[in-house]
Amino acid sequence: MAMTIHCDIVSAEAQIYSGLVELLVATGSEGELGVCYGHAPLLTALVPGPVRLVEQGGAEQVFYASGGFLEVQRDVVTILADTALRAADVDEAAAEESRKAAEDALANQSGELDYGRASAQLAEAAAQLATLRKMKARAGRG
Amino acid sequence: MAAGKEIRTKISSIQSTQKITSAMEMVAASKMRRAQDRMELGKPYARRIRDVVGHIANAVPEYRHAYMQQRDVKRVGYIIVSTDRGLCGGLNINLFKAAIAGMRPQNEAGIEVDLCLIGAKSLAFFKSVGGNVVASVKDVGEEPTVDQLIGGVKQMLDAYVQGRIDTLYLVSNEFVNTMTQSPQVEQLLPLKPSEDAGLSHHWDYVYEPDARELLDALLVRYVESLVYQAVVENGACEQAARMVAMKSASDNAGDLIDELQLVYNKARQAAITQELAEIVSGAAAIG
Repeated sequence: MAMTIHCDIVSAEAQIYSGLVELLVATGSEGELGVCYGHAPLLTALVPGPVRLVEQGGAEQVFYASGGFLEVQRDVVTILADTALRAADVDEAAAEESRKAAEDALANQSGELDYGRASAQLAEAAAQLATLRKMKARAGRG
Repeated sequence: MAAGKEIRTKISSIQSTQKITSAMEMVAASKMRRAQDRMELGKPYARRIRDVVGHIANAVPEYRHAYMQQRDVKRVGYIIVSTDRGLCGGLNINLFKAAIAGMRPQNEAGIEVDLCLIGAKSLAFFKSVGGNVVASVKDVGEEPTVDQLIGGVKQMLDAYVQGRIDTLYLVSNEFVNTMTQSPQVEQLLPLKPSEDAGLSHHWDYVYEPDARELLDALLVRYVESLVYQAVVENGACEQAARMVAMKSASDNAGDLIDELQLVYNKARQAAITQELAEIVSGAAAIG
């Protein structure tokens, strides 16, 4: 049996996941990273993207995190998510819509437009779509 | 029986008020349970982020973030968390009293106060009392989200970083139990150094990208999470206080109805007695 590490995913509004995992893959600010048992203590920022867990026994779960922090300690890994929803709940249409809205907003930059906010929205919507595509591909295979 | 009719009308109007207050009591009771659950849900995050901030603060001692530096106090900021609606007993008033009491020594020392108000009630209060309101958030509802608060909190954090305020306080109600909510004035910034952490920890994280950037971002999240937690806790306090206030209102209405019923019965009996006396004396006069 593979060695496991305790994993907590929390956001300010709820505890999203707590349990033993064999592997956790998240999107850090410096790129994707995987965490198994025995990883060195690490602290990194997360960018919007999927968080994939391989639970004890091999079952997989995918969550979506729109940024946050990943903390690894000797026997526990914690994700402090800004807003993390179960990826299945992320409405593809809404994601597409908000991406469009952000694109539209970027296209016509009037004086009062908050450029930084719009580009952040765009990045987030794109990441949500990537998560959904990944889940779909997995569902299609299985 | 003119008096009797008046009393009956009064009784029925009190009865309908009682129906409303007891319905509000029940609604508040069920909402309180949910609000308490929400309060519990937020706790793991608050605990975790406090641990992480503690670790970094102890691990990188040469870097003192602005949030950790003590400065001479010339101007202070208050974030005041109140409810959006009334009918919750003395909850808000007690909170404002605590806030004003906290500000008094600063007012006397000539230190000016900036306010960030969360909740419509505090806005109404400080509009009438006067105060320099720099930010306000209202209609957070029963399920507050962090994004609703980010704007107001950022306003105060920016003011702190730019040196417009030198200390930041958070005033909110603490949920002790259903019967007791106690107003608290807590210092948010500068952060008080944590003594307990770090002594037994001689390990350090690997930081990606680097400790400073992480610390900058984390501390903002940390303050936001404290404010969010305060708002959620205040929500639970609001429902608890409303439940208690409505319960005592229903009880008072019950007492009033009992008293009025007694008066009504007496009046009715007096009227009957009087009628009988009139009949008897009328019969006696004829006979």
